[in-house]
Amino acid sequence: MTTFLELLINGLSIGSVYALIALGFVVIFKATEVVNFAHASLLLTGGFIAATLSDDIGFWPALLVGIGGAAAVGALVEFLVIRRYRGSDHSVLAIVTIGVDILLLTELTRRIGTDVLALGDPWGDRVVTLGSVTVPQTRIAALVAAALIITLFLLAFTYTSWGVAMRAAAEDRETAALMGVRLGRVSLAAWAVAGALAAVAALFLTVFPTPGLAAATSFAAFKAFPAAIIGGLDSTTGALAGGLIVGVTEALVTGYQDDLSFLGRGIGEVAPYLVMLLVLLARPAGLFGTRELSRV
Amino acid sequence: MSDVMRRPRFWLGGAGVLVLLVLPFYVDRFWLQSGLFAMAAAIGAIGLNMLTGATGQLSLGHAFFLAVGAYGYCVLAGTGDDGVTGLGLPTLVAVVGAVLLAGLAGGLLSPIAGRLRGAYLGIATLALIFIGQHVLFNARDLTGGYNGRDVPPLNVFGLRLDDETATLLQVPFQSMEKLWYAGLVLLAVGAFFARGVLHGRPGRAMNAIRDHQIAAGVMGVPVARVRAQAFVVSSMYAGLAGVLLALVFQRTVPEYFGFALSLEYLAMVVIGGLGSVSGAVLGAVFVSLLPQLLDRYSDALPLVSAPGTGGVAPGEASRYLYGAAVVAVVLFLPGGLTRLRAGTARKPS
Repeated sequence: MTTFLELLINGLSIGSVYALIALGFVVIFKATEVVNFAHASLLLTGGFIAATLSDDIGFWPALLVGIGGAAAVGALVEFLVIRRYRGSDHSVLAIVTIGVDILLLTELTRRIGTDVLALGDPWGDRVVTLGSVTVPQTRIAALVAAALIITLFLLAFTYTSWGVAMRAAAEDRETAALMGVRLGRVSLAAWAVAGALAAVAALFLTVFPTPGLAAATSFAAFKAFPAAIIGGLDSTTGALAGGLIVGVTEALVTGYQDDLSFLGRGIGEVAPYLVMLLVLLARPAGLFGTRELSRV
Repeated sequence: MSDVMRRPRFWLGGAGVLVLLVLPFYVDRFWLQSGLFAMAAAIGAIGLNMLTGATGQLSLGHAFFLAVGAYGYCVLAGTGDDGVTGLGLPTLVAVVGAVLLAGLAGGLLSPIAGRLRGAYLGIATLALIFIGQHVLFNARDLTGGYNGRDVPPLNVFGLRLDDETATLLQVPFQSMEKLWYAGLVLLAVGAFFARGVLHGRPGRAMNAIRDHQIAAGVMGVPVARVRAQAFVVSSMYAGLAGVLLALVFQRTVPEYFGFALSLEYLAMVVIGGLGSVSGAVLGAVFVSLLPQLLDRYSDALPLVSAPGTGGVAPGEASRYLYGAAVVAVVLFLPGGLTRLRAGTARKPS
């Protein structure tokens, strides 16, 4: 039971981090209908900036610069690439983001090399013990921070004029433009927000028990794809649910790996994708996604 | 003299074929191997272009089907004496079997693929990569696990395409020279067939689905069936490419068939030109020869240095180049490299 609780808390915590990534992914999809395969590199950008600066200017300023940097890179991608595309085929744009991803990731992995960069976070490897359950502080920090950020984001999405503009643009681009919503700004903001969210996620992916930021950190962004799909690509609630489902699945399957040894080693890495396929079989638009209705 | 023979394209094409045919007599192993990689990539890219380019179904799982082809061939043709399962079938039968297996894998996916569209499909096929990698690393009986397994050499009607040296016109013929012709034949047949499909009735149906799925359905295109067929055919091309790659490498390792490989294939079809056979071939040649060339001439090139010296290694340089090429082509050259050629301003398909 203790193991189960520990795994569950760890899963929820890592799931909330996945939810942050997936949220950015969904925001970009809603605002521009682009599937952003460059998300992994945005995440690594934020983490890299924060990790390289933290020695010189301290952890918190470095984190802020990292978040700002990732947001700036996201905005730059939108401004230089996505906005310039004149066609109408969104799967071509998805492939363009793959090109961007190749460029950014190559540069970052070349700079990081085989190093593991420590972030110098204030939590270190301390643990919290509640009864018989032991959880690292970093996991609790991740859970709290992700919950705060997501709440803040959803409030902003519902009540600020920025959020209203964003939702209007997602609903009907043309009408929104006629009502005075500046679509360029909306999508620029979406990419910046997604970059910032990914940078925060990068922080919690590289703290204890992970040794630090390595080139492989970007693979975590691949967990956000099933998370976003399970929840439904155009649903912010879905991104939350999807992230938690993926995190808990991964933690539980990895934790009980020995009992599942007939499935082979490392099944925890694959389990989120299996869950995703199952969900897609039952609900092709994800759990909370809007089914695409077409009228002829 | 017939009409065809008066056109310069006929003569240019003929000269090109002739050069390709005599190349093994003049160039060394490095070039032949690079060329074979490009041929295998071209076959795979043709398949992906039928699916993503012509039918508009984004697939990130192409590497999975390549793996099915490569390992399928090894399992079917292997003799089983190196500790991994091998059925010991004649190698030509194994090639056909591997291609059919890849097609079957594509067909099995269609219950899922058929229900999904656009981004959902792309990410669902991403799952194939991760599941495939998991199986490749864990099913040691079939795949040899992390270390991979040896690939039995192809045996065409008693002629073994292995490293045993045969001399033809005073040129030593080893595996690369012999495989070169096998590769040429496979690519030619594959390209010819794909051209027929894309220019004929199925091609129009595929393009209709890409442009407007509902309209295509209303006009009588059996949407679900055509999409499933495109998936199967594309996987079969991938399987064939996998077989050829395995034969060239002479050893298959699971790591090769990862996400990066799928991205390379997508880069090929975008750079070359979506939806056409020549585009796929052009893109494949570009993407697969680039790293080899940069690697070979890294001393002579500015900005590129040998791996491990801190500068930009050739592999990285080529990734920069094709990453940038993908972005640049989509933004500035919609239609890809094939649109650069004069005289191809025909109907945009």
